[in-house]
Amino acid sequence: MASAHNFPMQLPEPNRPMVRFMNVSKSYGALTVINNLNFEVAEGEMVSIIGPSGSGKTTVLRALMTLEAINEGVIYVDGKPLTHMPKGDKLIPANEKYLRGMRSSIGMCFQHFNLFPHMTALQNCMEGPVQVLGLSKSEARVRAEELLEMVGLIDKKDQHPSRLSGGQQQRVAIARALAMRPKVMLFDEVTSALDPEVIGEVTNVIRKLVREYRLTMLMVTHQMGFARDISDRVCFFYGGKIEEQGPPQELFTRPQRERTRQFLSAIKEAI
Amino acid sequence: MEWKWGFTWEILPSLLWATKNTILATIAGYILAMIGGLVFALMQRTGSKLLGSIIREFIDIVRSTPLLLQIFFLYYVAPEFGLRLSPWVAGISTLGLHYSAYLSEVYRSSLDAVPRGQWEACRALNLSSRDTYIRIVIPQALATALPGMGNYLVSMLKDTPMLSVIGVAELMLTANAIGSEHYRYLEPFTLVGIIFLLLSLPAASLVKLLENRLKTVLGL
Repeated sequence: MASAHNFPMQLPEPNRPMVRFMNVSKSYGALTVINNLNFEVAEGEMVSIIGPSGSGKTTVLRALMTLEAINEGVIYVDGKPLTHMPKGDKLIPANEKYLRGMRSSIGMCFQHFNLFPHMTALQNCMEGPVQVLGLSKSEARVRAEELLEMVGLIDKKDQHPSRLSGGQQQRVAIARALAMRPKVMLFDEVTSALDPEVIGEVTNVIRKLVREYRLTMLMVTHQMGFARDISDRVCFFYGGKIEEQGPPQELFTRPQRERTRQFLSAIKEAI
Repeated sequence: MEWKWGFTWEILPSLLWATKNTILATIAGYILAMIGGLVFALMQRTGSKLLGSIIREFIDIVRSTPLLLQIFFLYYVAPEFGLRLSPWVAGISTLGLHYSAYLSEVYRSSLDAVPRGQWEACRALNLSSRDTYIRIVIPQALATALPGMGNYLVSMLKDTPMLSVIGVAELMLTANAIGSEHYRYLEPFTLVGIIFLLLSLPAASLVKLLENRLKTVLGL
């Protein structure tokens, strides 16, 4: 990652977005997965990202979670640079220490849950708050139990992940991420690995989050109906950038771009 | 040749005393190997290409040359470079070094076997790399590593007779000394064989037990 010239040291108030991708590019060798992307998510906004595979939608989340380094541009979170840190009057690529300071404001849920198999549901939810945020065990336990209650799994709190169904594991994973009190939550195809009959229990939890928490959320999904129901905005990604975006009703009923129409009709046929 | 019980009982105490030394050498050597192996395994993961390939080369050299040669080197050659070690220290250090090369491979493959998603979950929770290793990755890797670690423990036990060549008074040396003193080898060497069996077999089942226990504790 190169030093970034001519990028602001921080984003000006007021109305600054919670997440801002500024001229972000990411490539693996000759393959460009994010192509000069400019993209904003407002505080409290729920944004769904849809698009064909290989369009870069998952990479957007992974770059934001700092699981992948970007090659060009800067990502800002809550006004401050995430991928870069200030040094003198310019931004240089962030080191691990700086990232550790920034990363706790972002939480992520994965397609394959990635719960810690050697810990119970409760321990999974206490790990971050105790080790990273420095909460006492009893504080972390209260917080974890509240969240497990919220996702409807308080009676499973002492079970290891191997004893839980996929839907239950994903709900624990959501509780684990929320226990860090992130400002931004990322959902990366969280229902894709689930059996159809348990998808509802996970989407219901996310619906509840949208209703009850003022969280900024970014969701990559193939569940078009769900995206349409709960998103403030839907972004259709194609070729590493946003081909078209808008409120779900408009994007799904009156797509303006040919590629969006093709994608949506291909999806309809699949159903 | 006839088995003499009187002689057997007479030599048993000194063989049991030597058994203590064999066990001590194994435990000390194994502790060294466990720590050394972990250091080698982690040093290969630092991301430094140079350090990684130096360690790799070193591991390959250790694994491709005889243990006996390494024992001779540390005991007879090292003093020429100013490193003078007692038989015990030279012997245990060589065992430890030799087996740390093997154990580092066990560790390395077990660490690699921890799914990438686990590392990513740690990063998403903002765990420090220390916590990531100690609390998440190593406990899971340990469950995979235990069978291999157990094999090398038994293997090391069986290699301790090599220390006899530099005069460490373990079982083999003691039995051999008894044999040459009394011109009888049947009883001492048979007893050595039995003692090794009595050590190896329980060690192997102990490791198996530990493995199952760990899997239960970890809920895997």
